[in-house]
Parts: sequence; C-alpha cells; structure tokens
Amino acid sequence: MSTTVERPQNPRRASGGAGPKPVTSSSGAGLAAGQSTGRTVLRYVVLTVLALIFISPLVFMILTSFKTSNDAGAVGASWIPSPFTTQAYESILSASGTPVLRWFANSMIAALGNALLVVITSSLAAYALARMQFRGQRLVFAAIIATLFVPPVILIIPNYLIVGELRWLNTLLAVIVPTAASAFGVFFLRQFFLGIPLELEEAARLDGASPWGIFWRVVLPLSRPALATLALLSLLTNWNDFLWPVYVLFGPDAQTLPAGLSTLQSANNVRYDLLMAGAVIASVPVLILFVFLQRFIIEGVSRSGLKG
Amino acid sequence: MTTTTSAAAPAASKAATRRGAPRRGVANHGRLTPWLFLAPYLVLFLTFVIAPVILGGWISLHQWDYTLPGKPFVGLQNYQDLFDPSSITFGTFWNSMQATAIFTLASVPLLLVVPLMVALVMNQKFPGRNLFRAAYFAPYVLGVAVVAVLWRYLLDRNIGLINTYLGNLGLPDDIPWLSSVPEAWVALVGVTVWWTLGYNAVIYLAGLQDIPRELYEAATVDGANKWQQFWNVTFPGLRPVLSFITMITIIASANMFGQAYLMTTGGPGRETRTAIYEITQTGLRNFQMGSAAAMSYVLTLFLMLLSVVVFWLFRERKA
Repeated sequence: MSTTVERPQNPRRASGGAGPKPVTSSSGAGLAAGQSTGRTVLRYVVLTVLALIFISPLVFMILTSFKTSNDAGAVGASWIPSPFTTQAYESILSASGTPVLRWFANSMIAALGNALLVVITSSLAAYALARMQFRGQRLVFAAIIATLFVPPVILIIPNYLIVGELRWLNTLLAVIVPTAASAFGVFFLRQFFLGIPLELEEAARLDGASPWGIFWRVVLPLSRPALATLALLSLLTNWNDFLWPVYVLFGPDAQTLPAGLSTLQSANNVRYDLLMAGAVIASVPVLILFVFLQRFIIEGVSRSGLKG
Repeated sequence: MTTTTSAAAPAASKAATRRGAPRRGVANHGRLTPWLFLAPYLVLFLTFVIAPVILGGWISLHQWDYTLPGKPFVGLQNYQDLFDPSSITFGTFWNSMQATAIFTLASVPLLLVVPLMVALVMNQKFPGRNLFRAAYFAPYVLGVAVVAVLWRYLLDRNIGLINTYLGNLGLPDDIPWLSSVPEAWVALVGVTVWWTLGYNAVIYLAGLQDIPRELYEAATVDGANKWQQFWNVTFPGLRPVLSFITMITIIASANMFGQAYLMTTGGPGRETRTAIYEITQTGLRNFQMGSAAAMSYVLTLFLMLLSVVVFWLFRERKA
C-alpha cells in the first residue's frame, strides 16, 4: 500500500520500472531459475532474522513490563514473564511521587498543542511565501531556511531566559510554543503549495474569493496529506523531546513523559519492571501512530532529504 | 485517494517555478495581506529563534547568574576563560568538547554507511519490503528517553541481556558497558546507531529512488558489474542526499545528550559528558549562564566550520 506513495514521487521510475528486473531472471534457464528461488528464500530468512533481532529489544521491553520485580531483576532473565502480572503498571500508576497518568496527559496536551500551532503558523506563512508577491519575500524565506542549519544548542540558554521572562517555566506553554516556529514546516508546505495547480485558485478568485477564502476553501482542503504529515512529524518530535523538558519542567506534576522517565529512573534505579512499564506507556501512543500512519511518517521523513 | 494529490505536486511545482515562465500568484491581495499571513509564524520565529541568537551573544558578555540580581558586564572574559588553561572552565569545557568529538567521529561514519547498506537492500523490489522497512524505522519513532532507559537495562553489567548472551557464547559476561571507557562509547554509539539508523535509511531510499532507471540500464548495456554500477551510477546520483545526511548526522551527533544523561550520567567521571550536557548543566543547573552561552557559541562556531568543510568536500568532487 505504501508503494503507491513512493511511485508517484518519481515519475521517471514508472517508465523504467518494468524494465531490467525480468531480464535478469529470464536470462537464466531452468537451473538458474531454481537457484534464484533458493536465493530468494535465503534472502527472506536473512532479512527476517535481522529484522527480528533489530526489533527484539522493543519486544523485551514490553514483556519485561509484565514481569514481577524479582523476575525482571534476575540474572539471565527469560523472555516470557512468569508469572504474568500487571503489578508494575498498577504500582507506577498509583505512586504519588511519579504521577505517570499526569505525565501522559501533559505529553498529550503538549504534543497536540504543538502540532496544531506548527500546522497553523507554517501553513499561513508558507502560503504567503508560495503564492503572494511582496517586498522582502526572498529575505524572509532565506532567513527561515537558514535556521534549518543553526545548531539548536545556541538557542537553549537564551530561550530559557525568554520563557522565564514570560512566566512559562514549569508550565506546558514552555514545551508547546517555543519549538513551534518550524522552518521545516514552512519549507515543506511551501513546496506542496507550489505544486497545486494555479488554475484552481484562479477559478476561485474569479468567483470573488478573497486570499483568505482561497487559502481556507481551496488550498487547505487540497493539502490534507501534507498537513497530516507535518502534524504527525511535529507530534512525534514533541512527544519524544527530552532535553528541553528536562530543564524547563522541573516540578513532578509539570513533566512530560520523557522527562518523567528520567525522574522515574532516579526514583527506581534498578526496578526494571517499573522502568519498562513507564517506557511502554511512553511508547505505545507513538507505536500505534506508526503502525497506522507509517506511510505519512516515512514519506515526510524522506521528503526532508530532497531539498538538496 | 490522497496520493494522487501528492503525486502531482513535485511535477507541477517544477513547472510553476521554472525560470523564465512568468510566476503568477494571487494578484488581488492588499499590501498588508502577505504580512498578515506571515504574522503568527514571524512572531514565534522572531521571539524564539532570532531573538535568542542575539540574546545569547549578549548574555555571553556578562557574568549572568540567573539567581543573582547583579549581572555585571565582563566583555570577552567568558570566552577568554574557555581558552585559558588556568581557568576553572577550561578543563571541563574542553573535556566535554573532546567527548562530543569522540562520539561524533565514532558515530557519523557508522550512521552514513550502515543505513546506506540497508537502503540498498530495501531499494530492490520484493514482496513485504515495506514491512522490513517499517521494522528498521520503528526504533526511531521512540524517544531518546525510552531508548536510553531500555538500553541501560539491556546493558546492565550484572543482569543485562547483552552480557548474558555474550556469556552464553563463551565471551566475557561482565563487560562494564556503562561504567568504563571505551566500553561506554561503544554502548552509546551502538545504541544511537540502532535508534536512528532507520531515519537515515529512509532518506537514502528516497534518494536512491530518484536515480533514473535508464542510467542503470545504460550501465548494464556498457557491461558494468554491480560494483561499477554502484560507484558510477548510484554514488554520484546520491551526492546531494549524501551531503544532506552527512550534515544532519554531524549536527545530531554533536548534540548527543539524552543517551549520556540517562545511560551513563556523563560517567565514568566526566568521560561521556558531552558539550551540550556540560552547557546545559553549567547554564541551567548551576545558572552560570554567561559562561554557558559562551560555550554554546564556541560549539556552534565549530559546527558551522564543520558544515562549511562538508559542503566544500561535496562540492570539490563534483567539479
């Protein structure tokens, strides 16, 4: 299903796609064909084994979260929990010093709020840069693109002061707003808007639509896949962000899940059942998103490399 | 359904921006309209991107303690201290820069080569390919906190799965992965490669799919073998993507923080305390913000010089 996404990205491929592959397989006669089936099987076995090893740490994390504390801390731990128990979850969800449910809610609010803010601000700005003509246009676009290459480390200390000045420290606003000025979002949506046939917008204009009307009723509805991709990438980035929340959200009730995991780790240094349960709670939402929406995520990431 | 729209986008965008063609836009907008559209973004951009860059420079010229009322101007003192072997900050700062350099040098080559190999395998058409691609990408959707907490467990010296399996294979089963160097570097680099390999592979894959099939066909006609095809078609075709990946991987590696913070807490001693770790602890834990801001400017300068070198390297071979 996601192959349909890739193919159109490169129209040139469609013409040549049917070309060379069959030639190699049909050039050999019976014996060679048998060999290539053997090779295919071997390739699948190798690929499957490698892929399983690759994701096995995640499986182990999930299994461990259903173990008892002794089972999780045992030398040469077995993979299957015996006994199978949900006590790690019950324990961290009821511990008062580490309010995991609160962190979960904080992370949700922060990620959704940030994604919404990114999509709104980037789409408006990208539309002006793609479709309007004004003095300073090139300068604004160049300044935004230049920040794609500014190492984020330079912003940390001063942004802490700015956020402090706004009285946002230890509140979710500190993790929602400052990262919402997304240079990638503007770049990505501008590219997309440039690809929408102008005729559609001109037809709307002849019908008397204002620039806002065209943007709202013509451009945005046509851009749903791009907006969804950007929203999803922002959501993931914000959900997973670690360094910034660790420093700006210091109260236990204010933290997001990644910062909370750090607190959880200091509070339960070797209670690996609890730590894995916390890690699972922090992973489940993004893994679910990934399973159902991976083509948007992967397409968004692959687009980010095509700017060169 | 949605794919048709995205499919049309790249081709049409080329037509729209083609040089020479009159670039039409929404002509009947007022002079203020574009700025109204830009305003929400620009407010955020100016407040949290442009202003901080300038403010950071200003802070670095002061002895700026967040918790104290007075913030005396000290000129370039903070910078001088960073380059003066007799100052207190000299040792800790350059130690952290060295840690960042070690991590970057060790991780970047792996993160350039391994994902390329994965992408080359995934670039062949075979059923179930997307499932494999998803498996390699999966760790990347997890945050660094999850990854680090998980691997600290797996790499635990006594009960960790890694040492257990090494023992089963007859190898040493008490390797101090997180409490000794160079083992800790191997652990930090290895975990980072596992975590971010899929991201680079997906970008490579997009680049590989942009290389016209015709070039491979022509190379085959000319009798080029797989290896020659790789060096003469694939590699040159990947150059723009390669320079992009090199750049973002260097920046990402030079900003390594979460892995060290959660897995080794910068230890043993301060061996794995990276520059960004040192900067944030100095500025946001000890509140010596002037010194920390100066450090971040020096680190940024290093990274920008490195970017120029990378750009230059990829330009050079092109000519």
